[in-house]
Amino acid sequence: MNTATNGPARNTKVMNRFDLTSRLVAKLKNEEAVIGGIGNTNFDLWAAGHRPQNFYMLGSMGLAFPIALGVALAQPKRHVFALEGDGSLLMQLGCLSTIATLKPNNLTMIVMDNGIYQITGAQPTPAAAVADIIAIAIGCGLSNSAWAADEEDFERLVDQSMTASEPVLIGVRIDDKPGVGVTRRDPVQIRERFMHGIGVREPL
Amino acid sequence: MAAAEGQTSPQASGKNWHEVVLQTLKRNDIRLVPYVPDRVLTTLIKSIHADPFFTTFPTAREEEAVGIISGAWMGGMRGAVLMQTSGFATLANVLASLVVPSQIPLIMFVSERGTLGEFNYGQTLVCRTMRPVLDSLAMEHHTCTRLDEFEFIVDRSIKQAITTQAPVALILSPLLTGGKVFDK
Repeated sequence: MNTATNGPARNTKVMNRFDLTSRLVAKLKNEEAVIGGIGNTNFDLWAAGHRPQNFYMLGSMGLAFPIALGVALAQPKRHVFALEGDGSLLMQLGCLSTIATLKPNNLTMIVMDNGIYQITGAQPTPAAAVADIIAIAIGCGLSNSAWAADEEDFERLVDQSMTASEPVLIGVRIDDKPGVGVTRRDPVQIRERFMHGIGVREPL
Repeated sequence: MAAAEGQTSPQASGKNWHEVVLQTLKRNDIRLVPYVPDRVLTTLIKSIHADPFFTTFPTAREEEAVGIISGAWMGGMRGAVLMQTSGFATLANVLASLVVPSQIPLIMFVSERGTLGEFNYGQTLVCRTMRPVLDSLAMEHHTCTRLDEFEFIVDRSIKQAITTQAPVALILSPLLTGGKVFDK
């Protein structure tokens, strides 16, 4: 049995979530939408510099990809990114097959995998020692899925995903550093600001 | 289970309940319809698939469909979710932590199982959890039993959900749909 704490052997560097999120945000020149998952993906998205096209989830663990899919279906000309933790994705693995079936070409999913439920005290996820998120995604039909080997590879995969003809899922191994910022917790303001940011509403 | 529910549905003014749903969704520009199937919904699901106006697909779980509808609403596209009562029972978290606090006009059609002749005890108990959950979140809900009232309830409920940015559950009683037909 494989007893590693971060999944099967992967020749990938352990990176940092805030650094990767900042690298992603720096690439966004066309008002791309970004859905931050519950918890630390959300905090680091906020800390990387608030954008009106960011949606910050305050609950609903596991729904970052489905929410991003909805935005992608509603706005097929806008690229949509979703940031999700490995523990959150385990709660909603079924959505990977749905997304693979619908094949939106404007959706990039990023899984921040540290094998732990970091925000609740860093307990290991039930899959931490055995499951490979990228193998799962490919098995669900998301053939355009890959682990990022290092920061440069992550940036290359993000660039490629913005012109891909299929949805893309990028796995990154990350450390256990906590999120850098704290998202403001006003659900209506967050939702309304996002709708302004992606051109659905005019401010009052 | 051989009888098609279409044959047991009440008929009035030339429309079946599922035709009312489809036409009322179109009239209100509800284009996105993710669902988790239920036998009673079969005819509705088939007719929505057959109409190119709609984007419709099955999801693995009802929560997922609610997430998709929420994202689509924020992106400017209206949607509704189809499910049965046991599917509704999986939704307490997403309703309480996303839909209600974010003020998202989620429109749900819930085929009611667990009542009026139900044979599965698990379904009867799960059905009884539905209205207390809706009431505890102060969510609008209507139990639809009569075809002559149905179009009014559906059309007005959709319009209210959108204009007040609040979710609504339309519970499709076996009195309306004929329910699940069983032969034991």
